[in-house]
Amino acid sequence: MGQQIVNGLFLGSIYALFALGYTLVFGVLDILNLAHQAVFMICAYAALVLVVHLHMPIFAALPVAVLAGGLLGMVVDRIAFRPLRGRSDSNIAGLISSIALATILEAAVLQFFGPDVERFPFGTVPTRSIQIGGAVVSELQIVIIAIAVAMLLGLTWLLRRTRLGRRIRAVAESPKAARVLGVDVDRIISASFFVSSALGAAAGVLFGLAFNNVAPDMGRSVELKGLAVIVLGGMGSMPGAALAGVALGLLEVFTVAWIGSSYRDAVAFGVLFLVLVLRPRGLLGPAALREA
Amino acid sequence: MSLESLQDLWLTYQSTVAFIGLNGLLALSVYTTLSCGQLSLAQAAFMAIGAYASAILTFHSGLPFAVNLAAATLLPALVAVPLGLPVLRLKGVFLAIATIGFGEVVRIFFVNLDYTNGALGLTAVPQRTSIWMIYAALSAALFVLWRIRGSRAGYALEAIREDEPAARTMGIHAARYKLAMLALGASFAGLAGALEAHYTYMVSPSTYSFTRVVDMLVYAVVGGTSVFYGPVVGATFLTALPEILREISARVGLAPGPLRLFVNGAVLLLVILFLPEGISSLPRRVRAWLRSRREAHAA
Repeated sequence: MGQQIVNGLFLGSIYALFALGYTLVFGVLDILNLAHQAVFMICAYAALVLVVHLHMPIFAALPVAVLAGGLLGMVVDRIAFRPLRGRSDSNIAGLISSIALATILEAAVLQFFGPDVERFPFGTVPTRSIQIGGAVVSELQIVIIAIAVAMLLGLTWLLRRTRLGRRIRAVAESPKAARVLGVDVDRIISASFFVSSALGAAAGVLFGLAFNNVAPDMGRSVELKGLAVIVLGGMGSMPGAALAGVALGLLEVFTVAWIGSSYRDAVAFGVLFLVLVLRPRGLLGPAALREA
Repeated sequence: MSLESLQDLWLTYQSTVAFIGLNGLLALSVYTTLSCGQLSLAQAAFMAIGAYASAILTFHSGLPFAVNLAAATLLPALVAVPLGLPVLRLKGVFLAIATIGFGEVVRIFFVNLDYTNGALGLTAVPQRTSIWMIYAALSAALFVLWRIRGSRAGYALEAIREDEPAARTMGIHAARYKLAMLALGASFAGLAGALEAHYTYMVSPSTYSFTRVVDMLVYAVVGGTSVFYGPVVGATFLTALPEILREISARVGLAPGPLRLFVNGAVLLLVILFLPEGISSLPRRVRAWLRSRREAHAA
């Protein structure tokens, strides 16, 4: 039982990190960025290259990959979203242009690395484990949960206490009003993409370390899980996404333990489906959702 | 060109021709729901239902193939109605996400279904599909959509797409139309699934993943969704493209897989940014451009 909870928290914290980036952009733009999973995947590769070829320790490689992910996010915004802003079909068009960009990025990775799974060299991460109560916890799990929690707190601080955070929230509330008040909306959106993709990048690196598995299609399943998480948490709600990420992680681990591993993925989408039909605003979503 | 070389050419490219037809039908199934402004991404699930239904009937009943195809066309539509009743209240991105959820649940259901061999799926499905059947199905679908356009229902759909509250105010029963189009799109997908299963000899859950729906959507968008034949143009172009690219990739020295993926992504991006009405709007655009040039000359 205790073991399952630890495993669930561990998986859930990665889902939460990924989904936070997703929901941040949705909150600001009302658009799903389906290239988020490509950033997630590419940054796992970036960390891998830094560790394997430049022999950097993983604790130096992680921030570099996160920074690269943030910059890549700004590029995604520039190419796939900014040109469409103001078009009447920008909602579905943005969905499609981000799929297009994700495809291009995936093609690039396939060309350079091939379709096979790559692994971090042995000894990249601590391999010892310790006993807490009845559960065996590896140091890696502790580190990953700690990083996830730290980034979560950092994000909360950024959004609540800083000038940039206030502006991001203003644009999310109403781009028009924010513009009238002198906010450079395009720059704030760009900054939101940076933050969002940096979180996605961190999730990618941690996912790659956690399962020691870096592959061109690693983002696909996480992308769909991420959708389930942000819907469950309430579209655009940060605390909701964090909570729902952890909830999904726990739910999946307990499904595997009690029902069987083959139904693990069905749980996420069954929950997603039920939430959308029964309570479209999710756990912590705003009361009146314009779109649902 | 001699008769033999023509025959060789046909043998080399007949599967491409078949897949152009199948992908065209699938693109139409996405277009059908899109034509009243609804993005449903459950099409792969409907396709799976049609494929499994027809394969199971072929294995376990002595019914003629035409009956199996009819069942594969009807069953997804019957599933679409109870799905659509709650789900179509959602709009835009939310509808898309809900239908993705449904699609994944259906796929995982088939992965876990022992009766159909789980994740391996059914193999050695008898080959019953001929290419003419695929094109007959495609023509029938096009005919239906052509008849809808310009009819009372066609105008109603257009009104719903442009402004649903306004359409409802005009007395258009929006929910009923949306449900009907979802069911029609589902039956196109089911028929395509059945035809594909009996063409490729197999039914396997991995064929009906989210990636497959994205492909369908890409065909429809690249072709253009402002006219009913646009999705078929897109499917034709993007299905034939890999054949051309195979030649090119050998010469450039790039692996064909990544190159295909890259070109698909790049084409999609360029179309959505610069040709929002798809490549089927190209002739119209070129004509308009020529006319404006002529007028500029005359003036």
